[in-house]
Amino acid sequence: MLKILKYSFYDLIRSRWSYVYFLFYLALGFVLLFLNNDVSKAVITLMNVIIILIPLIGTIFGVMYFYNSREFTELLLAQPIKRSSIFLGQYFGVAGSLTLSLVLGLGIPFLLYGLLRSNAIFNFSLLLVTGAFLTFIFVGLSFVIAISNENKIKGFGYAVLLWLFLAVVYDGLFLMSLIIFEEYPLDTFSLVATMLNPIDLSRILILLKLDISALLGYTGAIFRKFFGTDLGFLVSMAILLLWTLLPILSLGYKAKRKDF
Amino acid sequence: MKLDIQHIKRILGFAFLMGFQMGLANTWTVCSNCENSSIKETILRAAPHDTLLIEKGTYKEFEILVDKPLVIKGIGYPIVDGEKKGEIFRITSDDVTLDGLFVINVGVSYTKDNAAIRVVQSKNFLIQNMVLEQLFFGIYLEKSSHGKVYHNRIIGDAVDEYNSGNGIQLWYSSDIEVTKNHVQGTRDGIYLEFSDKITITDNVSRDNLRYGLHFMFSDNDIYTNNLFENNGAGVAVMFSKFITMKNNTFRKNWGTAAYGMLLKEINDAEIIGNTFEENTIGINIEGSNRIEYANNDFIGNGWAIRVIGACYTNSFKGNNFLYNSFDISYNSKLNDNVFEGNFWSSYTGYDLDKDGIGDVPYRPVKLFSYVVNRTPETIILLRSLFMDIIDFSERVSPVFTPDNLKDAQPLMKIRS
Repeated sequence: MLKILKYSFYDLIRSRWSYVYFLFYLALGFVLLFLNNDVSKAVITLMNVIIILIPLIGTIFGVMYFYNSREFTELLLAQPIKRSSIFLGQYFGVAGSLTLSLVLGLGIPFLLYGLLRSNAIFNFSLLLVTGAFLTFIFVGLSFVIAISNENKIKGFGYAVLLWLFLAVVYDGLFLMSLIIFEEYPLDTFSLVATMLNPIDLSRILILLKLDISALLGYTGAIFRKFFGTDLGFLVSMAILLLWTLLPILSLGYKAKRKDF
Repeated sequence: MKLDIQHIKRILGFAFLMGFQMGLANTWTVCSNCENSSIKETILRAAPHDTLLIEKGTYKEFEILVDKPLVIKGIGYPIVDGEKKGEIFRITSDDVTLDGLFVINVGVSYTKDNAAIRVVQSKNFLIQNMVLEQLFFGIYLEKSSHGKVYHNRIIGDAVDEYNSGNGIQLWYSSDIEVTKNHVQGTRDGIYLEFSDKITITDNVSRDNLRYGLHFMFSDNDIYTNNLFENNGAGVAVMFSKFITMKNNTFRKNWGTAAYGMLLKEINDAEIIGNTFEENTIGINIEGSNRIEYANNDFIGNGWAIRVIGACYTNSFKGNNFLYNSFDISYNSKLNDNVFEGNFWSSYTGYDLDKDGIGDVPYRPVKLFSYVVNRTPETIILLRSLFMDIIDFSERVSPVFTPDNLKDAQPLMKIRS
């Protein structure tokens, strides 16, 4: 598995996509800091980018890589290697290289602008951690989609649709249901609904650190109790981990049964 | 001529009397093992305009009645311990000075609002450099005027609103200066009821259960350069007219019903040069008219300004709105207030003619804030892409938000 991981990783670096991705974040980080000149404010702006862009790039990249390396995958399948290590190796190669680009690309400009001296360091590392989680989740989901669909166009379509659903449509439905059922107690519902969408969950996690004063204005007791404590933070992290494991397990399961 | 002589005689007589009195103005020293070991008894013996010097020590006394003009001065902060039995100082005479005492253990009573120092129907009093702890009410001014409350430290340990008192309370008083006091851990830090022409300057009021500063039916008051931090609900200004609020700082008033400042039924006020930082709601406005908001800084609040209803002819000019989750929130479609020349950190327009004023108007009210007003649970969707898209489309063509609610001349650069 490690060998395949290494191969995928170097393959991505050689194909320059990792560089492009890395340079994109590097430029983004520098521009944001240049315009704001204040680390903590830049973190806020960055949040929006991370919540939207990372899932999108992860999804597209995952699907593209999977379809592109199909011939190589078939070659590997002919060798006496476990199927799960082939696919998981590729998965970790892609997700790992994307995460590395993200962490380095954003980390370098922020370090240069004096992150270590600023008290935004916790917010920033939280941003990177959730970004890494989102990369792993969405690359995983896109791999699952790609492995279940032979048709590239269909696979692409599903992947983009998945992103669109989780990033935009889900919130719309969420909002609608909140407004329609406004007469009922909605605390538990909104908590559960947030947990069911990794993008929402990451957003809330970051918001907790940034817009805490607004969220505290909320009147529901359960909500405040949950998000006001370390327990809420730990539970959110655990759910994100669960979200990462889910596509990986299902990828392993699908890979075992698929007929190439 | 005759009349004149009589007049002169009278003046001379008066001057003589004054001199006589001055000459007799004694200084009494009170200490635990002197001849005068009790403050209460020494006051009984003292003549008007005498001075009492209280030496260092502990005096277990309460209900000390000051009914003649005296200067009572502590040396090295002597402790006056009321042993929770009742009120400690009660001033009923004009021209009384209290200085440098450490007053503790005021008795709690629900029928009499016991205070560490109560001033009743007096003028020209001066209460300064006092330290009050373990109190019910701190300094209670009742129907008094022309006095000064200067540089006192009031530290309460209030836990519940119903069984705690206010730090400095003014009731039917006027022309009083409250300066450089530090109040914390009481119910209301400073409370004004039916009190006019009060000046409140350079005070710090923090960690109080309810409000840092609370106005009720009090007109023509001024408060400047105060700091209100981490109170239950910041400052409440209610049912008052002609209040001037300048250069105060309102910080970290967090909670479900917490405001930096709450305005309710306020008319003709000025709110200038204040800083509102990290409050759940910066200013909550209800039924307030003809108020001028100028040169204030709103930084990192949940809601910078929340307008609940019936607010007319207010003007918001030259304020900085920086990184608030919501800049302005309205609950109606009607707008009669003017927004002009403010700086909005979320303004995205351009300035082609380079006159420092944005060419496109800024609409500070987000559709999302309406949604949150209606269904508070939706705050969970704050900063989501879906809400941003909706806000953007509403900003392009307003349907739900008041059409004329906009800043036509938003500043491009932050007002410094």
